Amino acid sequence: MYSCADLKKGLKLIIDGEPHVVVQFDFTKPGKGQALYKCKLRNMITGSLFDRTYRSGESFEPASLEERDMQYLYQDESGYVFMDNKTYEQTVLDADTLGDDKYFLVDNMEVKILLFDERGIGVTLPIFVNLRVTQSDPWVKGDTAAGNNKPATIETGYTLQVPSFVEEGTLIQIDTRTGEYVTRVKE
Amino acid sequence: MNEVNWALARKKQILEKRARIIQDIRAFFVAKDFLEIETPHRIPANAPEPHIDAVASDSWFLQTSPELAMKRLLAAGYEKLFQICRVWREGERGRNHLPEFTMLEWYRSGIDYRALMAECVELLARLVPEGKISWQEHSIDITPVWEELSVRQAFARHASISLDEALASDRFEEILSSEIEPNLGQHKPTLLVEYPASLAALARIKPGAPRVAERFELYIAGLELANAFSELINPVEQRTRFEKDEETRRTAGKLPCPLPEPFLAELPAMPEAAGIALGIDRLVMLLTDSPDIADVVAFTPEIL
Repeated sequence: MYSCADLKKGLKLIIDGEPHVVVQFDFTKPGKGQALYKCKLRNMITGSLFDRTYRSGESFEPASLEERDMQYLYQDESGYVFMDNKTYEQTVLDADTLGDDKYFLVDNMEVKILLFDERGIGVTLPIFVNLRVTQSDPWVKGDTAAGNNKPATIETGYTLQVPSFVEEGTLIQIDTRTGEYVTRVKE
Repeated sequence: MNEVNWALARKKQILEKRARIIQDIRAFFVAKDFLEIETPHRIPANAPEPHIDAVASDSWFLQTSPELAMKRLLAAGYEKLFQICRVWREGERGRNHLPEFTMLEWYRSGIDYRALMAECVELLARLVPEGKISWQEHSIDITPVWEELSVRQAFARHASISLDEALASDRFEEILSSEIEPNLGQHKPTLLVEYPASLAALARIKPGAPRVAERFELYIAGLELANAFSELINPVEQRTRFEKDEETRRTAGKLPCPLPEPFLAELPAMPEAAGIALGIDRLVMLLTDSPDIADVVAFTPEIL
């Protein structure tokens, strides 16, 4: 069983008999009062989103879902297509199900696909992925201070903050857990 | 490619501002003739609190607040004290919470909690000479007079149920957090006053009003910034409250807290006084327009 201390973004648990995933999480504690664990949950069967607040002392049944090693193939009008490495069967996930994870998919990338009733309901990405910057304003000459940043858009359409020295065309490493820039990648 | 840790490097401006804020706070209290004091971080007993868990350190604990040591100094005749220190609270991690954070506490004998409100106004005026805090989508005028709202009024104005209903159904914190706090400190800082006596903690009960405690919380832009009391100096009542809180902890299956006996023994010598704890990290969030507490410290537990 999970306790409130285990709650975090990405945790999968059973609520009212159905698997749910925590898509947003915050801890709060007004005054000297009891702790509140605020979750935004997605029902992995219906896809519906809702808020629920838990208090310490509550416990949760982990959702035991099957994970299969797959490869990301491509995106088409049906959605994002993955292939099982052993059976070559294909599974399609839609953009809503993937959420921000869709921005961190690279062709032929090895991922784990989460299944419920043989249906793909989520993806576990590698922690770090490399993606190319396709748009970012040029570096302002003289701006040498460490820590200065600017927005950049990567090949998948995702926008994030990067150091000012990162130029268009640069391959960068991104942490898929936070969606944040880590470093430039040597090519 | 020897690239620096950018997540750390990009915090430089905020950390410089944080350092200036702390220097300004020190200068403020020194100019007002407060004595800066240091007390041990590792102690044999914290004040038992039903919902605050200390981090154990061998058979002792890391402090959850320097409160008891500060009050022992008041009892020994020190009149105006402040401290900026680290405190630890087990399991507290969120957008506005760190399990190890920086607290400013100040205490003064011979005053009550209303005098502390005036000191909060003065301190903020020193830190924000322009008189206005812009934080995320909010703009807050911090010049006097600040908004004052009793807990009962706050429930009547902002909540779907009354204070009494919330207390009876054990939903006080839930309603406060989800329905009330987002409305506090939106245009002016809000002083949330007159806490129900059952939530008095170490505050004295208001003379002539046995149902409320002389306690206030300061909110700016929905963020809880400080908690203040007219201090309870009755040792019998204080022991009874500690024992009741300890009982609540035991019933909830929490780790037992030993009672702070030296503090209780010296409490009879403590003069009337008021004290306040203000979260430095949240203050820095407000003054640097930072949405997350992780933005205002160099290191969070996750990157150690």
